[in-house]
Amino acid sequence: MVLTHDVLVIGAGLAGMRAALEARRKGVDVAVLSKVHPVRSHSTQAQGGINAALGEDDSWEKHSFDTVKGSDFLGDQDSIEIFCKEAPGDIIELEHMGTVFGREEDGRIAQRPFGGAAFPRTCYVADITGQVLLHVLHEQILQAGVRVYEEWFATSLIVEDGVCRGALAMEIRSGQLQAFSAKVVIMATGGLGRVYEPSTNSLISTGDGQALAYRAGAALMDTEFVQYHPTALRNGILMTEGARGEGGYLLNSKGERFMEKYAPKMIELASRDVVSRAEQTEIDEGRGVNGFILLDLRHLGREKILERLPQIHELAMDIAGVDSIEEPIPIRPSMHYFMGGIKTDVDGATLLPGLYASGECACVTVHGANRLGGNSLLETVVFGRRSGAAAAEYAGGVPAGNVSEALVSQEGDRIKAVLDRSDSGDSVARIRMEMGETMNRYVGMFRNEEGLNTAVAKIAELKERYKRVGVHDRSRVFNTSLLFHLELGNMLDLAEAMAFAPLHRKESRGAQFRVDYPQRDDEEWLKHVLVRYTPEGPSLDYSPVTITRWQPERRVY
Amino acid sequence: MEARLRVRRFDPESGEGARYQSYALEVPDYATVLEVLLQIREELDDSLALRCSCSSAICGSCAMRINGQARLACKTKVSALAVDGEEIVVEPVGNMPVIKDLVADMDPFWQKVRAVEPWIQPKGPPPEREYLVPHEVMRPLADVMACIMCGSCVSDCTVLETELSLGKPYEQTFLAPAALAKAYRFVGDPRDDADAERLLALSRLEGIWDCTRCNFCLEVCPKTVAPMDQILALRRKAIEQGHEEYLGARHTLEFEKTVRESSWL
Repeated sequence: MVLTHDVLVIGAGLAGMRAALEARRKGVDVAVLSKVHPVRSHSTQAQGGINAALGEDDSWEKHSFDTVKGSDFLGDQDSIEIFCKEAPGDIIELEHMGTVFGREEDGRIAQRPFGGAAFPRTCYVADITGQVLLHVLHEQILQAGVRVYEEWFATSLIVEDGVCRGALAMEIRSGQLQAFSAKVVIMATGGLGRVYEPSTNSLISTGDGQALAYRAGAALMDTEFVQYHPTALRNGILMTEGARGEGGYLLNSKGERFMEKYAPKMIELASRDVVSRAEQTEIDEGRGVNGFILLDLRHLGREKILERLPQIHELAMDIAGVDSIEEPIPIRPSMHYFMGGIKTDVDGATLLPGLYASGECACVTVHGANRLGGNSLLETVVFGRRSGAAAAEYAGGVPAGNVSEALVSQEGDRIKAVLDRSDSGDSVARIRMEMGETMNRYVGMFRNEEGLNTAVAKIAELKERYKRVGVHDRSRVFNTSLLFHLELGNMLDLAEAMAFAPLHRKESRGAQFRVDYPQRDDEEWLKHVLVRYTPEGPSLDYSPVTITRWQPERRVY
Repeated sequence: MEARLRVRRFDPESGEGARYQSYALEVPDYATVLEVLLQIREELDDSLALRCSCSSAICGSCAMRINGQARLACKTKVSALAVDGEEIVVEPVGNMPVIKDLVADMDPFWQKVRAVEPWIQPKGPPPEREYLVPHEVMRPLADVMACIMCGSCVSDCTVLETELSLGKPYEQTFLAPAALAKAYRFVGDPRDDADAERLLALSRLEGIWDCTRCNFCLEVCPKTVAPMDQILALRRKAIEQGHEEYLGARHTLEFEKTVRESSWL
């Protein structure tokens, strides 16, 4: 039996739930499908906050300019204007939904300084902002009675005559495959951090949505741009930018606040690409502490640390064994966020009719070559809402699809082939680790042609090995090995695109630093690179950057 | 160091009951139980099923019973439990049916959460801007909202355990700590206007008065949400608002009266 909904949202993090809620408000039949329970989604890991120009001295124009500058002028300014203009409304709505934002003396929402921002405009709930927002959105979904298919894994999109008509998915608990017919699919599967090793991302952040959309014919954009967060523990666990927003210092082995050299004005609060590269430079030039930089919070005092940064105080204790009230925390940059994603317009429509996308898996693009802290949570709610509304409207104008049950057995054969594969002596875990280390080493903060070519060749080799690797576990119920296998297939396709595109962008901009082309080149490269899937490998195309009012200028912090 | 884990296995497709399987492997000194379980999956046995995601105690996926107590596997260091290389026993959370290995069926857990109508119910339309609320009121609520719904408190709730062992149907059992803490988050929120209805519903059977104050939820909560304290706060509010006819409330008030009048308990 085919299950039918007007709108099917894949992914139940902030973007997915916000999209579903909006589509529901517009009166269409909407369902959400997610490989984990909604509150397990990666949005919960966002710590520091969410941006909006709420202050009287602040303005959406200032927020826009900071975002444009942060993006190293690659963000599309029409998208950014919408993003920053609509931000205050979305924050107020989240507050009305029950978010327990930190407050000023007079009861208004408080705002903290964040990197790359000329104004304190980051609203927060201590350092658990993402967690609280995710639970609040889940409350709203429960109240609205939105159907959620919890612990279902989408295996592919259904495309007929060049139009997306639904998706195939597996119920993890039973191993059953199921066809979903939908007038519109909204992809909201979040990030792809596990393509890298290490990463600050959850183990579930495997880029499934980007990979499904990419294979189904939607283009990816800006895949060159991968953000490294400046402050992660040894295993990639995040220490919020709020730690620096609240006044934390970064110190090298000589005890120097070295950021004064790299960003005299903003110091620790320069944009993330700038701070991460500076840290790595200090470490590479021998001024690290056993390969780490020190994040020093001691001068903030016990009270402020426990009130504003309780989670990171605890994580530093649990993972690094450091009491941040007494000692500095050893941190280093770690892969954190993917600025690129499925190309969409400002309403979430992708280049594949019937498919929308929002949140980290999408590329609107407001982040361009580098995202500012506090802008990703904002993206999920602004563009989640917009894509939900637009998808509902689109659904009203198309007839119900007629998805064939036969697709289920074809997909079943593909998966059965994996389960039937004999032992190749290789393992999914090994291939994943080699992929992650390759990407981190060659497609990381510092890149050059030779390294990128090495990565392209290595990923090609891993893709070949992937075709032969199987799993030992052949059970149907909750077969997590099969899931890891399918996720790895998704990640390898994305890794290929992400290693390939930067070879062509022969310049340095935002998060992409080409050692062999260290300057930004607006003449040649003020444009987006689009990547399309072909059976022979990625094919590239270009698209212009939309500039409304801020002409590119030199970017200094 | 060597980690030795004894893991409860259950495969619903095998037709057999649960069994225990022991694993020993070399792990880094800083390894958490979750890291060891993942290493087992990668190196020894990929059929071992578990849930996990964030590795940083914020997603709530990896709650399980470790040495008989509910804990997050990602927050539990092997070295803290096995000082001299003792075997660590790993089982799924309690008070919930098991789907497979360490994966529990959380549906009954969520049914209880849904039962407290866990969404804000404000009075009338909201203001144009944010509600003006003092920070001192919001900040403690943030501590309750720090609940990650991992199910540890429900796993080790002794009231629920007793009721289930007596064969009570799940939907007639104690609402249990997580759902009640969630309920307090709304009752304590000045923006919510449904206190009267909430406190009335929670005062009835299976609600706030069923807690025996065994302290287990306080001990096992990995996020120091202190569910029992929230239950006690709900009781105080319920009595303040005049919901005195319930057995637990009457009991409390009689106690107070006795102490006041006779100075004896």
